[in-house]
Amino acid sequence: MKALLEQYREVTPPGTVDFLRQLGRRVEGKQMLHVNSTRYGGGVAEILHRLLPLMEELGVKTRWEVLTGTDLFYRTTKSFHNALQGMPQQITRDMYDSYLQVNRDNAKSLNLEADVAMIHDPQPAPLIDARPKDAKWIWRCHIDVATPQRAVWQFLRPFVVRYDAAICSLPKFAQRLPIPQFLVYPSIDPLSDKNRELTPEEILRTVEGLGVPLDKPILLQVSRFDWFKDPVGVVEAYRMVKKSHDCRLVLAGGTATDDPEGAEVLLAVQKAAGIDPDVHLLVLPPTANLEINALQRAATIVFQKSTREGFGLTVAEALWKGKPVIGGQTGGIMVQIIPGMTGYTVNSAEGAAFYAKRLLNNPNLIATIGRQAKEYARERFLITRHLQDYLGLMVHLCR
Amino acid sequence: MELREILGKRAMDEARLIEIIEEVPPDSIYYHTHSYYLRHAYIQGVFPNDFATWVALHAQDRVLGERLGVLDPFDFDDIESVRSEILTIMGDHLNHIKTVPVCTTGEPFEFVRSHVIEADLDLKVWTLREFRDGLARVDMGAVFNHVCEARLRKGRAPGDFASWIGGREGLGRETLAEDIVKVGRLGLSLEGMRGKILQLCDQALAAA
Repeated sequence: MKALLEQYREVTPPGTVDFLRQLGRRVEGKQMLHVNSTRYGGGVAEILHRLLPLMEELGVKTRWEVLTGTDLFYRTTKSFHNALQGMPQQITRDMYDSYLQVNRDNAKSLNLEADVAMIHDPQPAPLIDARPKDAKWIWRCHIDVATPQRAVWQFLRPFVVRYDAAICSLPKFAQRLPIPQFLVYPSIDPLSDKNRELTPEEILRTVEGLGVPLDKPILLQVSRFDWFKDPVGVVEAYRMVKKSHDCRLVLAGGTATDDPEGAEVLLAVQKAAGIDPDVHLLVLPPTANLEINALQRAATIVFQKSTREGFGLTVAEALWKGKPVIGGQTGGIMVQIIPGMTGYTVNSAEGAAFYAKRLLNNPNLIATIGRQAKEYARERFLITRHLQDYLGLMVHLCR
Repeated sequence: MELREILGKRAMDEARLIEIIEEVPPDSIYYHTHSYYLRHAYIQGVFPNDFATWVALHAQDRVLGERLGVLDPFDFDDIESVRSEILTIMGDHLNHIKTVPVCTTGEPFEFVRSHVIEADLDLKVWTLREFRDGLARVDMGAVFNHVCEARLRKGRAPGDFASWIGGREGLGRETLAEDIVKVGRLGLSLEGMRGKILQLCDQALAAA
């Protein structure tokens, strides 16, 4: 069997794998540690599972530690997450104390020895108190902290400023900090179940297994049932398109049982969709990677009509599958969709309908944009570019 | 490879843009005038430097965009000269208009600087033929490193290719080296520069 990195040679731009091997030599033997708050579920864990073996193959001795917390700790960090993304939250003294205590306990139990440590998101940020001498510590912020709730940011900032560097996913997420802040886009793994090539038979079997016939063009949005993803706006856009073009709409996503808002949004979408056999609402479990892959490959046009978005990697997933994407003009969607080249950015349901109709009227345009979308994703949003950025940062900090 | 560092400085109008251009590190001026060459063709923007593109698209100031857009980084031998020219153009422009153009799209100019991380490609050449063949197959980042980085950030003004080809410790082909220096002034993309240098090498090899 081929070495893991070699498997990427066929899907990445020429020279990528060789360059990674050369870059790896500059940090060979270094120890790298990642710390986050969950081993499974969520984008951070997903990418770490894929990145770490590649770093190991390049000679970086990589470990991954996971925080152990209490219920109150997780409720607190969920509130932090919302507050940092601009949603007002009530955070009590007990919650702050619990957050600090869990980090103190973990600082004693986790092995934090490494040349370079990457601490992901706010949950483990106070571990900086336990940084070993001479180690380089990086705070990797995956969330949109452009307009944080002030009290929470004031609480976290004293920890963040003691890191050697921070990483954010977009320039506008950067805060005024006295430490260097680097820009690293997140990525998708082209060889994972969610993104690997599928045969036409696999696509047909999987999509029909979900109850979606492949008899007419499919408009698709894959995302949680969340107001910010504007699924109701997508239904409105579909209604406008449907007047002139026979097509199906598939809204696929998950909603956690402990998320009352998710259920409320799903109800609103069901109401908006009404009784229409061409609208399919699919509530999928977090493990439905193959199903999402097949739906994206079966789709004619992919929507990501968010009104607010961190990065929105579902856009990169669709680009990688050669699909034009119509997305909301917000956050990371704007660096993934190049209007007229890889899709279109819009600010309304009407805009989404307009561009969907333009594409449906012109199959050649769908093919051209799809081809460009795939090449753009290949260059900018694959895991190999992500790995290159992390190795480059290690070289930069360790020299 | 290019590691991008966000400076956390943002401009929402042309007056603030000038102020920040005056104070940012040279690496930021370099990033906003040279990283164009490394970008995917879809996102290279209207003009080949970020200042020109932002004032034209986001401050709706087409005139200043055009005046900055024509600026050729290969006309300068160091970054401070590039900065000075940008400030002169912008200062002159703002002195002749009554209101300072402001961002109308909600997208501020975000200052970034870059750090280029080098990796040895284990590729050594000894003859013009080997050089030509090596240049034809290296990653575009290597072309950027030996053309842009060498000239403006490492003080090797003619660029590494021309230096080696024209230098006595290299091939000693001065005329070919002079022609290669001129390639930078043509306003080509990196791929275009590579193609032109390959063409010059082929002509020199055919004449030998």
